Amino acid sequence: MMTIEWFTQFLAVAAALAAAPLFLGWVNQCRAWLQNRRAPSVLLVYRGIRKLFHKDAAVAEPASRLFIFTPYIVFGTMVVAAAIIPSVSTRLPFGTAADAIALVGLFATARVFMSLAAMDIGTAFGSMGARREMMVGFLAEPALLMVIFVASLISMTTALPVISERLATQALTLSPSLAFTGVAFTMVLLAENARIPIDNPATHLELTMIHEAMLLEYSARHLALLEWAAALKLLNYACIGFALFLPWGAAMGEAGPPALLTAVAFLALKLLVAGVALALIETLSAKLRVFRAPQFLATAYLFASLGLLVHLLLGA
Amino acid sequence: MTAQPFVLQILNALAALLLLLSFAMLAQRRVVTLVNLLALQGAVLCAATLLLAWRTGEAHLYFSAALTLCLKVAFLPWLLHRLIRRLGVYWDTDTLLDTTGTMLVGLLVVVFAFGLAQPISALASTATRSAVGIAVAVILLAFLTMITRRKAMSQVVGFLSMENGLFFGAMSATYGMPMIVELGVALDVLVAMLVLGVFFFQIREQFDSLDLEHLQSLKEDR
Repeated sequence: MMTIEWFTQFLAVAAALAAAPLFLGWVNQCRAWLQNRRAPSVLLVYRGIRKLFHKDAAVAEPASRLFIFTPYIVFGTMVVAAAIIPSVSTRLPFGTAADAIALVGLFATARVFMSLAAMDIGTAFGSMGARREMMVGFLAEPALLMVIFVASLISMTTALPVISERLATQALTLSPSLAFTGVAFTMVLLAENARIPIDNPATHLELTMIHEAMLLEYSARHLALLEWAAALKLLNYACIGFALFLPWGAAMGEAGPPALLTAVAFLALKLLVAGVALALIETLSAKLRVFRAPQFLATAYLFASLGLLVHLLLGA
Repeated sequence: MTAQPFVLQILNALAALLLLLSFAMLAQRRVVTLVNLLALQGAVLCAATLLLAWRTGEAHLYFSAALTLCLKVAFLPWLLHRLIRRLGVYWDTDTLLDTTGTMLVGLLVVVFAFGLAQPISALASTATRSAVGIAVAVILLAFLTMITRRKAMSQVVGFLSMENGLFFGAMSATYGMPMIVELGVALDVLVAMLVLGVFFFQIREQFDSLDLEHLQSLKEDR
């Protein structure tokens, strides 16, 4: 049975690595359709990454080793996170390595290194982006933790695979607390992945950038890794959302290859729908001023804590 | 965890919705939207009352649901919209605290209310007793709305929202007040609304605005 589990683990990571640029491409395509533009190919993100890998890297003169290492560290943390999140199966050998709270820490590690690398060069835009990123991060983290606390309280554990299993197997009930935390989680997802109300991923205007501003000095394979990591981060957040709010379809417990195949199919279906939903949210909302971001994230925190309080009071 | 009956689940979801609407009213700065939110809160209350009436078979709850529908969903919002149009008060931006601060204070208020309601719901014997905490929270949040606003119009909306909370509390603790009390309260609210409507015009005539700051200083000081 051990080999099957490790095979599942390998499959989950490989699927995440392959699907991440595809998911991002799908979101971009839906967005283009909704905005009456001609949509780019779904494979455009892949092509961009491949093109970047074939180029020679130019590194700024004052860059320290931190600047060179950061893309590998960020990409590595995202791969580890993809190995922990029960996207395909809840029985993953890596799943026991870290619980949901450690997962939040893992994302924070990536963010800290990104910000440090952005400030390393000493350009104005890099430091500005880093500072904004830290502001968004420190406001989004409490909301994300609160969301995880509610799910943990309902299932009495902080291990993500176990939460997912218990939520999937319990009797289907109307749960206002999960609905509230679902809204909060969506808001955190938008903020953490530099999506529209907080940051515009397609912007070329340096003054409004957050995530893009930190990447300005990177080129070639470093940039490719960072863009791949960003796509992976979006996929990871979507998979955390599925594990907490739509756990049905993933393979539960001991599962053979047929169950895994259906689980992968279910994941693809969920990602397809989530991509459309994400594009819809982004099309319907306008980008907020940076100084309105605290209000947006305070609302997310409010939703999450309301979910917690309602769960404690009503037990639902 | 044992699953509750489906009707109770819906009732709990409606209670949670009531709480959420209270927060939305706390954050809302446009007076027109505020009144719409009040009407929505009334509609949720009406739905909860109807559901509870169907579950318990208490006839007077049907009556109070009808009263809620007529008064709080239809008549009072209509009256308020008319007042807004005639007075030209569309925004209430100048509040004591900023939105984020108000929301966080509101969260503390909810924690306090849930603690406060614990002994009450322990005494009650109804199936909906756990929702008493939400009713107390709605009352206190409406109170907070009244405290943080300056314009008379939003304070009146807060007052009506507070009445919604009281009504919901009575409903979930004891399956509603006696009919005669309910009628009396409805009449009180109606009369209060009509009197306040006249009052608005008087305030505006005296001070050229509906900002209640002006009422704090004595006439000689001005």
